[in-house]
Amino acid sequence: MSDPAVVIDPAESPVAHGSGLADARSYLDIQGVNLWYGNKQALFDIDLPIPEKEITSFIGPSGCGKSTLLRCINRLNDLIDGCRFEGRILWEGQDINGSGIELHGLRTRIGMVFQKSNPFPKSIFENVAYGPRIHGIRNKSKLQELVEKSLRGAALWEEAKDRLHESALGLSGGQMQRLCIARALAVEPDIILFDEPCSALDPIATGKIEDLMEELKKDYTQVIVTHSMQQASRVSDHTAFFYLGELVEFGETQQVFTRPLQKQTEDYISGRFG
Amino acid sequence: MPTSDHGMHSEGQRARKKMRHLLYSRLCGGALAVRVLMIVGLILLLASKGLSYFWPKDIQEVSLKDGSKVWGEYQGRKVFLGAQRDAEARYQIQYKVANRDLYDLDFRWVDEDEITQTSTPSGLLRLERREYGVFIGRLRELILGGEVHRGAVADLMPLLVRKMAERPANETHQWEQEARRDQVVLVTAEGQSSTISLFDVLHVEAPNEMSVFAKAGTLIANLWAFVWEDPRESNTEGGIFPAIFGTILMVFLMTFFVTPFGVLAAIYLREYAKEGPLVRAVRVAIFNLAGVPSIVFGVFGLGFFVYFVGGTIDQLLYPEALPTPTYGTGGILWASLTLALLTVPVVIVATEEALSAVPKEVRQGSYALGATRFETLWRIVVPASLPGIMTGVILAIARAAGEVAPLMIVGMVKLAPVPMDGEFPFLHLDRKFMHLGFHIYDLGFQSPNVEATKPLVYATAFLLVGIVMVMNLVAIYYRNRLRERYASSSV
Repeated sequence: MSDPAVVIDPAESPVAHGSGLADARSYLDIQGVNLWYGNKQALFDIDLPIPEKEITSFIGPSGCGKSTLLRCINRLNDLIDGCRFEGRILWEGQDINGSGIELHGLRTRIGMVFQKSNPFPKSIFENVAYGPRIHGIRNKSKLQELVEKSLRGAALWEEAKDRLHESALGLSGGQMQRLCIARALAVEPDIILFDEPCSALDPIATGKIEDLMEELKKDYTQVIVTHSMQQASRVSDHTAFFYLGELVEFGETQQVFTRPLQKQTEDYISGRFG
Repeated sequence: MPTSDHGMHSEGQRARKKMRHLLYSRLCGGALAVRVLMIVGLILLLASKGLSYFWPKDIQEVSLKDGSKVWGEYQGRKVFLGAQRDAEARYQIQYKVANRDLYDLDFRWVDEDEITQTSTPSGLLRLERREYGVFIGRLRELILGGEVHRGAVADLMPLLVRKMAERPANETHQWEQEARRDQVVLVTAEGQSSTISLFDVLHVEAPNEMSVFAKAGTLIANLWAFVWEDPRESNTEGGIFPAIFGTILMVFLMTFFVTPFGVLAAIYLREYAKEGPLVRAVRVAIFNLAGVPSIVFGVFGLGFFVYFVGGTIDQLLYPEALPTPTYGTGGILWASLTLALLTVPVVIVATEEALSAVPKEVRQGSYALGATRFETLWRIVVPASLPGIMTGVILAIARAAGEVAPLMIVGMVKLAPVPMDGEFPFLHLDRKFMHLGFHIYDLGFQSPNVEATKPLVYATAFLLVGIVMVMNLVAIYYRNRLRERYASSSV
């Protein structure tokens, strides 16, 4: 549901249409999104196209609304009392907040990996099998196949195959985070959202996750919220810079980091604030 | 190393801080040690006083100044309170002389001054009888199958022992007929002879001739009988099996009722109910419920469960039996429901704590996979809370197992058979039952022979404490296994 007051003027839009992005097929289209927590507005008129099978990173200082926007995509904000949403997020031509969309089906197709790794207090196998199970897969061999495929997809199979039935909480931080990725992969989503997935990991574990994201690009559209500009420049194809709930700049990562169009972006990436 | 003035100063401060820390930690440790000592002391006291009852004591022969003799088991020695205040302390010794049918009392106090000699002669027997308790005497004659055997104790004893060993496990009518004809003749210390039919003799022993190992064997046999037999002689003799069974069954039923009820209530309060004045009021009410005196719950159980629910059931299902109530009177079902009501706040509070301890991220992880609220709750949140829920159940069990007052008005009685038999539906939840807690009270304060049952009070208390401990340990073991399985990352 779009607010008639929000008029999107292409000339004023922070989206850098001139940088070749217009050609990229926008897969998810965020249009005129406003969001309030109670009386406090957290997002202001966000317009953002997210390209298919590429990695889009959201950067910006803390509290700039990047995680909030990420959570709009799988409607996790619905869980928060007093959260009000306005605008449209189009996916395959349908508004994800529209009446034609079934919430649980949507979340199944848009996976999410959280900042704090959150494996369920169950075995590794059960963690990965949880998603397929709740979607009605009971067949044991099918589950096993899915678990192996997902763990391989998350580059965890080799480390975990001998301890599938041990508690997931015995894994290391990096392994847990890859387990969460495997868990997201097991329900065969189209999009994976990463909410600061490496903020609690050491550089080696971070490197593994980044390699994995590169690998996953073949099949998945990915969005990553990160505090690390190095990470954004390393992994993403497109970067969106947010500041105080507004989208300041969006473009190809290389362009954003080398030739930012906005002064605020330049200040942030050169470390003058944030 | 800091060597400046400033360093010296802070070193003094540090030393004081260290002292204070030491003091506090010692105080905490001391408090804990006292507590542990008290518990260990209690258990040791109960065990020693209780178990000594089952240890076959020697029968002493006490010769008095007036020439008479007393045969009895030494019980204890105390200052004679009737003496003049400034007079020299006089002591009295208590003997269990048994032979209640002859002496009226099982126990006799003897002035220490009167005693000339004490010995443990051989040939004295201790007979446990079906009625009138124990008989202590010297064997004189045996009448077996109409044939009279006379002679030395050493000759008669093997005959008696052999005859006793022939006792069948299940008493048949034919055996009873024979056993009633067979008789044993004993003489007391006063020379009075007494004839007892073998049917009335449950057990014979000659403690003065027994080795330590034989006594230990008897101790175990006595304990075994105490645990597995029905009570006799208005609870002053025999075992306490119905009380053990009643206690365990009642706690088991209570757990069966309280767990789902408490857990569901907590889930509703924590997960579904909208936080507001009403929910807060309900929560306060639950907390207060935990502080209501248990007898009030008993009265409520009587009014609601027994009279209202039970009475209604009787009218609807058992009208042919009325006015004799079936469910409309105290029974083990109503007792366990009353206790479930008493312990439900504990389970609710513990479950709520456990639910709220499940991290938000874990729930969101489930939602992000497309799980519904119900799936998240039942597949993630509740399993992760199980160890905490178990803690609540353990506390509930501990409380319920020790509760006596409310049960007295909803179905607990002094004497009742085990509410289980071969008749359908085998477990009779409408029946009244015995309970160890009440049994202790009954033995200690309601018994016709308080002196005789005193050791039984200790033994029963020891057993009750032991059962509560075992039930708790089982629950704790189960909880720890759950913990391993659902070990939570952040709790």
